[in-house]
Amino acid sequence: MKTWALALLVALPAAAGEIAPADRRSGFDFMSRENQAMQQDDGANPGMLWVQDGAALWRDRPAPSAPACAECHGEAAETMRGVAARYPAFDAASGGPVDLAERINICRTERQQASPLPAESQPLLGLTAFVAHQSREQPIAPPEDPRLAPYRARGEALYRQRMGQLDFACAQCHDDNWGKRLAGSVIPQAHPTGYPLYRLEWQGLGSLQRRIRGCLTGVRAEPFPPGAAEYVELELYLMWRARGLPLETPAIRP
Amino acid sequence: MARALINLPSTARPGEVIEIKTLIQHPMETGFRPGPNGQMLPRDIITRFVCSYDDAEIFVADLHPAIAANPFLTFTTVATASGTLRFTWSGDNGFVQTETRTLTVA
Ligand code: HEC
Ligand code: HEC
Repeated sequence: MKTWALALLVALPAAAGEIAPADRRSGFDFMSRENQAMQQDDGANPGMLWVQDGAALWRDRPAPSAPACAECHGEAAETMRGVAARYPAFDAASGGPVDLAERINICRTERQQASPLPAESQPLLGLTAFVAHQSREQPIAPPEDPRLAPYRARGEALYRQRMGQLDFACAQCHDDNWGKRLAGSVIPQAHPTGYPLYRLEWQGLGSLQRRIRGCLTGVRAEPFPPGAAEYVELELYLMWRARGLPLETPAIRP
Repeated sequence: MARALINLPSTARPGEVIEIKTLIQHPMETGFRPGPNGQMLPRDIITRFVCSYDDAEIFVADLHPAIAANPFLTFTTVATASGTLRFTWSGDNGFVQTETRTLTVA
């Protein structure tokens, strides 16, 4: 990531516009064969360790008197299939969009009377990966909910806005220059198909918010504070932009 | 207990070469990295992995700093007779974990 600044001195060519549906590619397609094989083999994909964590948390009660996820939702393979493909969704109670991890924490606090799990913590990543894994290979299908439209529009505006000391917009890399190299990394199209995912650089599982923070510091912008509304807005736009691509959770990325 | 994934066939023919894949959740902290407060994070790694088939050791590995987190080890063995495979990872801070799997050879 530190090498970005130097690489960017050689200015990137600009403005090709939105990616045509036929050209949409998951980050998976830009990886080495070895990393692709690791993702596709459940016995070698380290993300599956977190999915196992999530499966145990799904089954177990958080406290003797509080119902387990499974007591209300039953067999996740049936009840959670396709759910991750249509998040972020509008939450009527809070009057705004929530991502999948926030939705899980709403059940933790309101249905289990437990404390919310901290962002990026192992149990929250595990539960989110477990729920999202039930949608593996399902096409991303953002809801046609008009209440989400203004948030998605703000996400798109952020995506096109130049940011940071290096003064780059997400779109300049991910729409206009995908497939080219930035120092040692191939610039992918930034489709959120595999989150939470196992990044070899992180040596662990991480959320889409963590990934976006990486790109923000890459252009020397101050990342939005953890949990800021901007992340969900960006995710709404990224998911809409990736509609139709299959989910891969837990994906591997370099 | 750390999560572990072990993949091997549950049945094999006598003399068949089987592939065994193991993956365990572990930070493999090298001891050479500063933490958020600037102090070195203490080393915390798995140092040894042993797989035995009934009472014979069939695969042993010594692990060192700079091996990636969540180490993945894969190896093969010849299926000789029905029995139990025992997998043990041990390392710093008294870490020990053992998993077993049965193999039917017929
Ligand atoms: C200077 C170019 C650049 C800019 C600007 C940039 N990124 Fe990235 N982005 C990358 C590169 C390169 C990667 C590949 C990962 C790596 O090696 O760092 C990446 C990876 C990603 C991924 C991961 C895709 C996957 O397959 O999991 C997402 C999502 C993403 N970026 C979103 C964004 C968003 C949102 C913004 C704007 C806030 C942004 N990026 C700005 C270069 C950029
Ligand atoms: C006491 C019952 C109960 C428990 C326990 C519970 N939930 Fe829920 N959950 C619900 C109900 C009811 C809804 C639908 C709420 C709504 O639509 O307003 C829901 C909604 C959800 C959704 C959104 C589904 C969708 O289609 O959008 C997810 C994801 C979810 N729960 C995950 C979990 C997880 C993970 C746990 C355990 C940490 C859990 N729930 C525990 C009752 C429960």
